[in-house]
Amino acid sequence: MSARPYAIMAEFENPAAILRAADKVRREGFRNWDVFTPFPIHGMDGAMGIKNSKVGWFSFIGGVTGYATGMLMIWFMNAVDYPIVIGGKPMFSPFYSFPPSYELTILFGAFGALLGMLFLNRLPRLHHPLLKNRRFALASHDRFYIVIETDDPKYSEPATRVMLETLGSKHIELVEE
Amino acid sequence: MADVSQASMTPRETPLVVRAPPAGLEREPLVAGGHGIGWLSDTIAGVAEGAMPPWWKYCFAISVTMMTVCFLCILYLMSTGVGVWGVTHPEMWGFAIVNFVWWIGIGHAGTLISAILFLLRQKWRTSINRAAEAMTIFAVMCAGIFPLIHIGRIWYGWWLFPIPNSNGIWPQFRSPLMWDVFAVSTYFTVSVLFWYMGTIPDLAVMRDRAKTKARKFGYGLFALGWTGSNRHWSNYEKAYLILAGLSTVLVLSVHSIVSLDFSVSQLPGWHTTIFPPYFVAGAVYSGFGMVLTLLVPLRRLLKLEEIITVRHVELMCKVLLLTGSIVAYAYLMEFFIAWYGGSPYERFVFLQSRLADPYFIAPLYGIQPAPYWWAEWMMILCNVLVPQLFWFKKVRTNMILVFVLAIMVNIGMWFERFVIVVVSLHRDFLPSNWGYYSPTWVDILQFLGTFGLFFTMFLLFLRYVPLIAIAEVKGVTPQADPHHPLGGAKTGGRHP
Repeated sequence: MSARPYAIMAEFENPAAILRAADKVRREGFRNWDVFTPFPIHGMDGAMGIKNSKVGWFSFIGGVTGYATGMLMIWFMNAVDYPIVIGGKPMFSPFYSFPPSYELTILFGAFGALLGMLFLNRLPRLHHPLLKNRRFALASHDRFYIVIETDDPKYSEPATRVMLETLGSKHIELVEE
Repeated sequence: MADVSQASMTPRETPLVVRAPPAGLEREPLVAGGHGIGWLSDTIAGVAEGAMPPWWKYCFAISVTMMTVCFLCILYLMSTGVGVWGVTHPEMWGFAIVNFVWWIGIGHAGTLISAILFLLRQKWRTSINRAAEAMTIFAVMCAGIFPLIHIGRIWYGWWLFPIPNSNGIWPQFRSPLMWDVFAVSTYFTVSVLFWYMGTIPDLAVMRDRAKTKARKFGYGLFALGWTGSNRHWSNYEKAYLILAGLSTVLVLSVHSIVSLDFSVSQLPGWHTTIFPPYFVAGAVYSGFGMVLTLLVPLRRLLKLEEIITVRHVELMCKVLLLTGSIVAYAYLMEFFIAWYGGSPYERFVFLQSRLADPYFIAPLYGIQPAPYWWAEWMMILCNVLVPQLFWFKKVRTNMILVFVLAIMVNIGMWFERFVIVVVSLHRDFLPSNWGYYSPTWVDILQFLGTFGLFFTMFLLFLRYVPLIAIAEVKGVTPQADPHHPLGGAKTGGRHP
């Protein structure tokens, strides 16, 4: 193998094993590594040391934008650009403009959440070295993987492999770029 | 866990011993049969992978035919005018609005299951949320047709949206009809976003299992390169939680706003403050009726009885019981307020237009029987009496009975909307304004045709998308719990 491999990948059989392994890998001080599971495992964020997700901010900004858009749009349309008296009601009132603005808050907030999630995850991504690996297809089925990238400062082929073996992995392989 | 770096996952010195609960108190598992998590992928994804069974093909042919009939009726309506419908003075809102409110109400169960039950940590929702959300989207599509075509000149439909036009006029936001446009279009869009986001991990499952190049490419494209990375799951779960929160406040607002179309007007029978909560409860009630109508046969036909268990069906029946009782309370309150409020017009609508049948009420009080008495009594039978049967476990666990009763719930809710729209309109303040509405064949075929659209979409959904959220169901099994013996834990407690 002439080219440097992308990462080392260790397979685990059950969630308890990978949770323990992830905890150990974090405490060893690795940085460029990740855990791949068919479903989110409760407690994994803590074991990996992942901080609270920032998706909420995207949604919040979306929501505020939506509410302001709704109010300004209705004010401009019904009080500025095309004012027309209807039943003696005011040209603009925050009360009658509330329902559409409320809906726009939710609409923009939802787009913020989805697009924020995709942005933070750097998705969509058309290609990934792991997705070329045949064994890795089981990561969406019933296996659990720890992948440590070779550009991690703590990475060294034999030592990392031994560590993953002691953690109980039955199948370890190198993933090509 | 304040200091993450100090936390350790090493087993405790003295293992915690938590004894199993007594046999009678142990909860049934959400997935029966004790299968591993790989079995879930095989079973659920298998439905969308193999050739569809013969019943699917027959149903699809019938649905597509009905959908075509619906579109032909719309073509006829567009080319001729709304005169092809039965709407005439004083009934300017006929079948179109009845069907609109009915379909949009059906959608509400999907969002309730996916959002509110998620916030309430009801794990059983995972087996049914995908199909229910799909049902929501297709129901809102069917609903969306009606307000668009009932405006008469469909080619002006875009005036409903705030798009600049050459006349220099803008939509009038003091009308609740404009609120409705925003509510329904937001509801549709957010439902699609939520549904799609929930589907991404399962599309990755489909991509990883795909045998042919075309399927690999198709599912791969829509899976957006999802790998199941825990760093991704972390953002994903947060986004899912936020979307659930937003959908909750959305679903409560949508049918409230639909009800404001009625209650902001002056017409007796429409002008009531109870409408928003009453409409939302009714919507959830009818939606669960439709979810049961779809899933009770499907779990049998697609052999998914171990994933959508009898317990799931029972729990849905309990939701029907609860929301049906709220609806019954709202009916009672309407009658009470009509009597207690003292408005002679309102009293007339409720006691005479709605209740007075030729056999019981009318002779008792010596009043004229009302022409639509059967609609109100149909609604009371299906929405007040039928759900009370779900108090009995024997009823809730009898699948054929549940299916029949769920269809009656749907019929009952359709009649509720018929009562509100048609019966309130047919006799208002002035007797010289009174009239009688009956639908034409176009009305009826158009309504039946929307079922064609609904089922065509739903059958295509079964064909191409995993109908149960694979990743979510995996996540609620004991095999997925790192602190459960089945999840590999050597020590620690038991989780149901």
